[in-house]
Amino acid sequence: MTALAQGCPSGLAPASLDSVAQDPSAFVTEASGKLTLDIMVRGASCAGCISKIETALMRLPGMQVARLNLSTGRMRVEWTGSLPARRVIEAIVKLGYGAAAVDPGQADGAISRPEKKLLLALTVAGIATAGVMLMSEALWFGTDLPAETRKQLHWLSALISVPATLFSGRVFFQSAWGAIRRWQLNMDVPISLAVIMALALSLHATITGGAHTYFDASVMLLFFLLVGRYLDARLRRQAYAAANALAAMQTTSATRLGARGIAEAVRASEIRPGDRLLIAAGERLPVNAQVVSGESDADLRLVTGEVEPARTFPGQTLYAGAINLSAPIEVLALAPASQSLMADIARLLEAGEQKKSSYRRIADKAVAVYVPQVHAMAALGFVGWLIAGATLPQAVFIAVTVLIITCPCAIALAAPLVQIVAAGRLFREGAYLSSGDALERIATVTHVILDKTGTLTLGDPVLIDSGATPDQLAEAAQLARASRHPFSRAIVSAAGAGPVAQNIEEHGGSGVTGLVGGRPAMLGRAEFVGVKGVDGAHLWFAIEGADPVMFQFEDRLRPDAKDAVDQLRAMGLSVELLSGDSAGRVEHAAQAAGITDWRASATPQFKAQRLQDLERSGAKVLMVGDGLNDAAALAMAHASLAPGGAVDVSRLASDCVFSGESLQSVPRIIAIARKARHRIRENFAFATVYNLIAIPIALLGWATPMVAAIAMSSSSAIVTLNALRLSGGRKSQGRS
Amino acid sequence: MDVLILMILGAMVLALGGLAAFIWSLRSGQYDDPAGDAARVLLDHDRPS
Repeated sequence: MTALAQGCPSGLAPASLDSVAQDPSAFVTEASGKLTLDIMVRGASCAGCISKIETALMRLPGMQVARLNLSTGRMRVEWTGSLPARRVIEAIVKLGYGAAAVDPGQADGAISRPEKKLLLALTVAGIATAGVMLMSEALWFGTDLPAETRKQLHWLSALISVPATLFSGRVFFQSAWGAIRRWQLNMDVPISLAVIMALALSLHATITGGAHTYFDASVMLLFFLLVGRYLDARLRRQAYAAANALAAMQTTSATRLGARGIAEAVRASEIRPGDRLLIAAGERLPVNAQVVSGESDADLRLVTGEVEPARTFPGQTLYAGAINLSAPIEVLALAPASQSLMADIARLLEAGEQKKSSYRRIADKAVAVYVPQVHAMAALGFVGWLIAGATLPQAVFIAVTVLIITCPCAIALAAPLVQIVAAGRLFREGAYLSSGDALERIATVTHVILDKTGTLTLGDPVLIDSGATPDQLAEAAQLARASRHPFSRAIVSAAGAGPVAQNIEEHGGSGVTGLVGGRPAMLGRAEFVGVKGVDGAHLWFAIEGADPVMFQFEDRLRPDAKDAVDQLRAMGLSVELLSGDSAGRVEHAAQAAGITDWRASATPQFKAQRLQDLERSGAKVLMVGDGLNDAAALAMAHASLAPGGAVDVSRLASDCVFSGESLQSVPRIIAIARKARHRIRENFAFATVYNLIAIPIALLGWATPMVAAIAMSSSSAIVTLNALRLSGGRKSQGRS
Repeated sequence: MDVLILMILGAMVLALGGLAAFIWSLRSGQYDDPAGDAARVLLDHDRPS
């Protein structure tokens, strides 16, 4: 994907600081002296990458196994001795790849057991179909075959298809039985019924020496349906793993201070309320916590949506997701990580759940219409032929033919196949769907609400024209290089590579001091530098013998934000900006992106309220947001999207996660969802027309096994081909 | 027609052989890392890995 486009990492580019900030030792498991660690590796894409990474790791002392799974990006490392886990991660990061330790319990994206079972069932059904077809063709076209041979061929077909059907059909039988027990109907009920009836009827015909058997229809039906199921399972697994991989790069561990002041690294999941944690500069807060000691700044972008870091002081409560910036702080955990997260999700979903469960999938609606009608037709045929004077076996035969030929196949494949193809296309473009009906909901939205920080903007501030000379910028950068503060980083990226000041001291929550070219200098807030000024998105820089200068920052829009907004409008959607940031900055961003409708200083409650108001007036809202403050709105909205850098809660609450810097993903996802909806409707229209023709034929008793087999395979093929039109090849063809 | 029966049984045995081979490939983890296996062919290993 992106790794291929950029070429493999060379190790020359500076490694990301974020991946080193995590202490991997919490994720190491030990068994009889052997240490094991699972690592998520990002950026590896070819044989050279495998070789570089594995060779580098095998050189580490005590290393025994280092094997990278290129398909999943997971690496399993085993070693003995005293090598610290951090060294392992660093060895990979030094090569230029992203690396983060992951919880071994987390799903790794490799082929799963249920998926292997599906694959096996699919293979058995496929081989059986091929085998039975051999016999069937002889039976269809060999009209002059002696009765004895026909009987032998029937028995051979039974020999193949009965065990194959019972084996491969288990998936459907189990699901159908589960539904029936709860007095419900799902698509698997008519499928199971058709398969079992076809098998029973054919066995009866074989034993009594009847003319027609439907062994081929039963295995073929299963084969087609299993192809759909398998593709669906595979794609779901890949999307889940990809979304997980985005999350893995942000997994948090923490340093817990024990009773005697001993620091130990623990996983976020092991933190209990009341634990004292040491949060180093640059670390993300894993749980909701209260600051005990230390003054610093915290980056609250993901929590409140405000770009400007906030000062932290003892006694203050910070939420999970805040990033500590300048100085180490000691905090008291208030809730376990699972609850910091789960409590939020539970609260959100309570509000959002009703909305989502009230949505009925198109396929479910189709089943509700299809099943009673077809079964009524079959019953009608049965009764009608009995009245018309047919024998009981003849009437049963007609009824079963109706069930087989009306082909649950086309109906069952109509919606899922389109969704599989659409989800596959989104997957290749870096968007990962979290639920099956997400596409259907996204297709129907009328309003788009965008969050500002991290959604409309990139979330990283950049230096804007400040009046400082290039020399002053270079001097300020010498101090800024020692700090993790986002403003400092913005100065560094504007100034480029260069030296670092001497005698650097970082003053938590205020600024940095040091010697630049032998002269004392300081960079920080206005009162820290000693000038009168208000706090805002700016830093002051003062050096001995010169007047202080101010650097101003702004949160840069995503490069194509305006295009994306224009496209959304062209699609007939109303676009609104809803942000927790201050009015001035929101207005500025709204203007730059061409959005006229904006609301600033929005609290999470206000965002949720605004959504409800809109939905009450009949609008269907697509919420796009990344922060903790957006999570409630994401969960409540008709449909929701989150960028890959979003906090866990928001990712979990949203229907689709998209990666990459481009906001164009939003109109593209909507366009694909709309197309998918269109294809699904076409498929159902086709299946209906097909049934309108097939039912009379079956009712009149004209259907033979050959007609059934041809009808079934051709209708499935048409539905499949129509779904495949969505995959659309090149990216540039995507606009509709 | 007895020959035909032999042929069909023979075909079925062959098909079962193919199925058995597939089950073996599934169990022995050959689908766990298709991308990695494709890439590793290009590597010269002096050591067994």
